[in-house]
Amino acid sequence: MLKDITLGQYFPGDTVVHRLDPRTKLLLVIVYIVALFQAGGWVGYALVLAATVAAMALGRIRPKNIYNGLKPMLLIIALTAVLNIFYTNGTPVRPGWPITWEGIARAVQMVLRIVLLITGTFLLTYTTSPMALTDGLEKLLNPLKKLHVPVHEMTMMMSMALRFIPTLIEETDKIMSAQKARGADFETGNLVERAKALLPILVPLFVSAFRRADELAVAMESRCYHGGEGRTRMKQMSMERRDAVALTLGALLLIAVIALRHFGL
Amino acid sequence: MPEIRVEDLSHTYSEGTPFEKTAIEHISVTVPHGQLVAVLGHTGSGKSTFIQHLNALLQPTGGKVYVDGKDINADKFSRRDVKSQVGLVFQYPEYQLFEETVYQDIAFGPKNQKLSEQEIDERVREAAAFVGVDEALFNESPLELSGGQKRRVAIAGVIAMRPGVLILDEPTAGLDPAGCRQILDNILNYREKTGSTVLLVSHSMDDAARLADRLLVFDKGTLAMDGTPEQVFSEPEKLIAIGLNVPQAAAIAMELRRRGLSLPGAIYTHEQLKAAILAERGRRTC
Ligand SMILES: Nc1ncnc2c1ncn2[C@@H]1O[C@H](COP(=O)(O)OP(=O)(O)OP(=O)(O)O)[C@@H](O)[C@H]1O
Ligand SMILES: [Mg+2]
Repeated sequence: MLKDITLGQYFPGDTVVHRLDPRTKLLLVIVYIVALFQAGGWVGYALVLAATVAAMALGRIRPKNIYNGLKPMLLIIALTAVLNIFYTNGTPVRPGWPITWEGIARAVQMVLRIVLLITGTFLLTYTTSPMALTDGLEKLLNPLKKLHVPVHEMTMMMSMALRFIPTLIEETDKIMSAQKARGADFETGNLVERAKALLPILVPLFVSAFRRADELAVAMESRCYHGGEGRTRMKQMSMERRDAVALTLGALLLIAVIALRHFGL
Repeated sequence: MPEIRVEDLSHTYSEGTPFEKTAIEHISVTVPHGQLVAVLGHTGSGKSTFIQHLNALLQPTGGKVYVDGKDINADKFSRRDVKSQVGLVFQYPEYQLFEETVYQDIAFGPKNQKLSEQEIDERVREAAAFVGVDEALFNESPLELSGGQKRRVAIAGVIAMRPGVLILDEPTAGLDPAGCRQILDNILNYREKTGSTVLLVSHSMDDAARLADRLLVFDKGTLAMDGTPEQVFSEPEKLIAIGLNVPQAAAIAMELRRRGLSLPGAIYTHEQLKAAILAERGRRTC
């Protein structure tokens, strides 16, 4: 079922990670990504890996969910591994073999890097509701408003897009079911036939997307929406002690990784 | 001719995620050929989930479904083939119309059955006639029809496949009384002419009482009651406990009985009520 795609889907929960301020989490993800790309040696990678596992445990995210999210990327990951194994110069594993020790090491590191990168961003979206995420983003980007960047409008569009992804997936599912019930066949037949069978789905999907957009606009207008100016929030964000702790830990991770890199570890 | 047999059917949505939700549990039921079955139940009781198993749109997470003695989930080919035997009309089917013209939309099913042009044409005209869609509309865009007309075109699209079993999920939802009556008459007409089995998901106890041979009452994902209208409506307390109504006539009969009129037990249509009251009056005046 399409619905079982967990890509970036929010899993409601009540853990420390869930309760962190979205701004903290956004900043932490940025710090995390920088740290990941700064990691130079095995110790550095191990440190980032340990931080990831700890965050997963704190947020009660099951490895299975991460794995489901990684599934669509498996091909890219495998390709990266293969290319690195075969195209890195160095000492061959056995004389005459095209595989080198350096290649294997690099392949492992590259795979680790991709997997950790995806896992880190998933940790953010798994533990933060789309609304909180875009609100946090808006607050973080607030200074840009001085430069007349339409921050509110941009984050509003983003939160609507995020909000409607599940709805559209559900809608697609429904339309596919209705057409399957009338004998449309998405499972047997060759690739061209199957791709052709997908075409008739697009028409009702677009029709309903436009209908929804129209309805949403009317609903927003009738509630006097007029952009971000002077708008207040029901849920005020506030930085707590746990946010300070989390940010400090993030900074420490980054410093440690950079320091280790200097020692070639 | 198809008989539907459901054995210990359960379905859990999104199994293994935090969104896990068991929609139906341990449903066993056999629908012989030609019955008109009303599927009743509170909103969220699992009616739609149940009927989507009957043509393999949903695969059971437990139990089996047999049509004509064959396990419809045996492989992807039997999952495909069962769809011409068991026709399913969804809730609000009009949102799923997509072809450029009404004719093409009705022809979508037969085309997928790989019939010849001539046969397709025959089926489209026949199906349109069953639901009262005028041939003058054939070249219109289905998106420009009225709600009631769209609904009929969508039903015709399923009837055109000539399924031996026709399942309709709340075919009258959101229509005015005249529209409801017409759609129901169309369905009865189809059943009479073809002898098909019909399963009708409905919120209207009066329609169920008037039309069905048999009622399946769902409650929180289980099959709470299964029997003829007479059997089911003879236990009004049970229906009310589930949160459902009894048909108007049954409610009036209950109230009259409470006020001291002695009426027979099985009253659930207006005709029966009228007859019973007249009989009672006859008895009193004599
Ligand atoms: N695609 C789905 N994913 C997850 N849960 C679902 C899905 N479809 C239905 N459910 C849940 O399963 C339960 C049964 O739903 P179902 O649609 O079968 O009820 P219903 O009896 O048809 O209700 P209604 O009368 O409102 O149409 C509900 O609690 C619903 O929330
Ligand atoms: Mg339903």
